[in-house]
Amino acid sequence: MASTLAELEEMQRRAQDAIQQNESGEREITYRDALREAITEEMDRDENVFIMGEDIGAYGGSYVVTRGFQEQYGRKRVIDTPIAELGLVGMAVGASMAGLRPIVELMTINFSLLAIDQIVNHAAKIHYMFDGKFTAPVVIRTASGWGQLGATHSQTYEGWFAHIPGLRVVMPATPKDAKGFLKSAIRGNDPVMFIEHSLIYRNRGLVPAGDYTLPLEGAEVRREGTDITIVSWSRGLYLALGAAEELAEQGISAEVIDMRVLRPLDAETVIESVKKTSRCVIVEESWRTMGLGAEIAAAVQEHAFDYLDAPVGRVGSIEVPMPYARNLERLVIPGKDEVVAAVKQALA
Amino acid sequence: MASKTEPAVRAGETALGSMSKDELLGLYREMVLIRRFEERSAEQYAFGKIGGFLHLYIGEEATGVGAISVLKQQDHLVTHYRDHGYALAIGADPNAIMAELFGRSTGTTGGRGGSMHMIHPQRNFWGGYAIVSGHILIGAGIGMALKYQEIDGVSLVIFGDGATNGGAFFEALNMASLWKLPVIFLCENNEYAMGTAIEYHSAVPKMSTKAEGLGIKSEIVDGQDVLAMREATQRARDYCTAGNGPYFLEAMTYRFRGHSMADPETYREKDEIEEKRATDPIPAYREQLLHAGKAEQADFDKIDEEIEIIVEEAVQFADKSPWPDPSTLEDFVYADEY
Ligand SMILES: Cc1ncc(C[n+]2csc(CCOP(=O)(O)OP(=O)(O)O)c2C)c(N)n1
Repeated sequence: MASTLAELEEMQRRAQDAIQQNESGEREITYRDALREAITEEMDRDENVFIMGEDIGAYGGSYVVTRGFQEQYGRKRVIDTPIAELGLVGMAVGASMAGLRPIVELMTINFSLLAIDQIVNHAAKIHYMFDGKFTAPVVIRTASGWGQLGATHSQTYEGWFAHIPGLRVVMPATPKDAKGFLKSAIRGNDPVMFIEHSLIYRNRGLVPAGDYTLPLEGAEVRREGTDITIVSWSRGLYLALGAAEELAEQGISAEVIDMRVLRPLDAETVIESVKKTSRCVIVEESWRTMGLGAEIAAAVQEHAFDYLDAPVGRVGSIEVPMPYARNLERLVIPGKDEVVAAVKQALA
Repeated sequence: MASKTEPAVRAGETALGSMSKDELLGLYREMVLIRRFEERSAEQYAFGKIGGFLHLYIGEEATGVGAISVLKQQDHLVTHYRDHGYALAIGADPNAIMAELFGRSTGTTGGRGGSMHMIHPQRNFWGGYAIVSGHILIGAGIGMALKYQEIDGVSLVIFGDGATNGGAFFEALNMASLWKLPVIFLCENNEYAMGTAIEYHSAVPKMSTKAEGLGIKSEIVDGQDVLAMREATQRARDYCTAGNGPYFLEAMTYRFRGHSMADPETYREKDEIEEKRATDPIPAYREQLLHAGKAEQADFDKIDEEIEIIVEEAVQFADKSPWPDPSTLEDFVYADEY
């Protein structure tokens, strides 16, 4: 049984403290503000950077990332679009090919499915198909998440996009990554799926002041440990860190890895960790079947088979479309207890 | 400011003349039921009894009530997510609707669907859908089934002005027109797609222009006038069932509340909302009936009292209904078992 929302938030807060102690940054700001800074700094730096999406203007964006931007930059650079995801992403792809630097906000990842043809059949193919002569440097920001929103509004699809060569797929968990990745994505020459999470916008973390970028590659060890490796990303990272904290009280030392970039996938960091700990549990919010966890587990068994002392454990959602009822929804999404249980099983 | 379109058709004297007192009061009753039900829903949302999204229909009651009142047993209904009103108008049990909002096992889908996915299978209400404009194709497909099976009915599809910009809208209208399907496309033009006014989301101010371009007969109706809505929908139904193909109704309406309970409402002026409140369809209809001598104040008072009781009972019913049984979580993923 997953925890209540309040418990989850508390857990996230404690997990964040754990992260902060490891870092030496200047200011503590929210994930949302880190995104806002990245966008405004890049818009100030480059006239060709602009943002478009549904209700990003007067409404301020569904998750309030773009509030006030239209007043600041005008309608030319902060563009409210019709509800036409396929159309607006396609327009951004074309604009990006012709020299602009569009940032598209797709309200939630559920609606990215309407745009999937432009993302997969167009943006991801342009550079390769045309022999490297053209690029489509479009940045598509969207949010994963859930919370009694029903079957079509509670989906977790980073794995679908991570399947596609030609796309870069990032899903930052911390404010520092969010800002650094977004700035790199805007400046870079590849199409980027930049996936946020509705339940971590208010998370706080240390973020360097001013300009910095982070390369769109590489997993990160968020907590060192010796007994087991727990792998996750985005909100799942907080679940993993919460579990690691609880396990530590029981004398179990868990290493926690944040994948951060899902394509290209840095399996190497996971493999190195497993060589040290000999055990691994992967935590994801999406369905396990055909998911990212399966890919990571396969990479571990391919490259660290001799080091494994237990099968790779996987924690994911129950394989149903999301029910609305609060009690059922809580059963679907994995919670800290499931992570702890999976770790215990791997150690048994 | 959003553009304003003068309704081409005004309240139908025909309906007023031809309907019985009971029928006329029935429309009033449904509008009041929706209004009170939704006010109580908003309150229950604030108490944390209802979660997720809640899209209120307050201010727009006349459009759904007028249109749905025309539907016969063999007709079909598909709508978007602002759907508690439609569910009530087509006769779903208020207790089950409130229980669904509470996510309880006694809800219209046993707590599985939630606020955006109400259904009423007994009257062919195939559900509210939450992906904007996607369901317009489903409604057109139901029209296809009606024509194929030579059933003398229509498929009524309800959506907002914002939904007319999605690809699914154009694809549905084109095929419905091409294949002369019996579909009534009812666009509730409330001047906003979430927080984006028409002038920022549509290249043309009248949504019906888009239908006309695809060869579909269209009409603009005063959506705040329940009898005008009823008459126009009757015309549309007659047209469709005579084999002429689809019909497009554009109802000019306005929502008095935010898009959903999460809406900060920063995008429209208080004055505009106040001005629009003057078009409230409920008092307008009450005045109309009184003026025409079709009803007395006592009739309205009686209905108002009944509705208070029905809504109170719905809240009580929902509140004491059990949660869905966790053991049913994985039921219904597939329809077949082998
Ligand atoms: C494909 C898709 N994109 C975005 C959304 C988010 N969204 C929900 S309702 C809405 C506005 C719809 O406006 P309109 O069609 O005019 O209907 P109204 O709510 O005004 O009745 C938006 C953008 C969605 N549900 N589906």
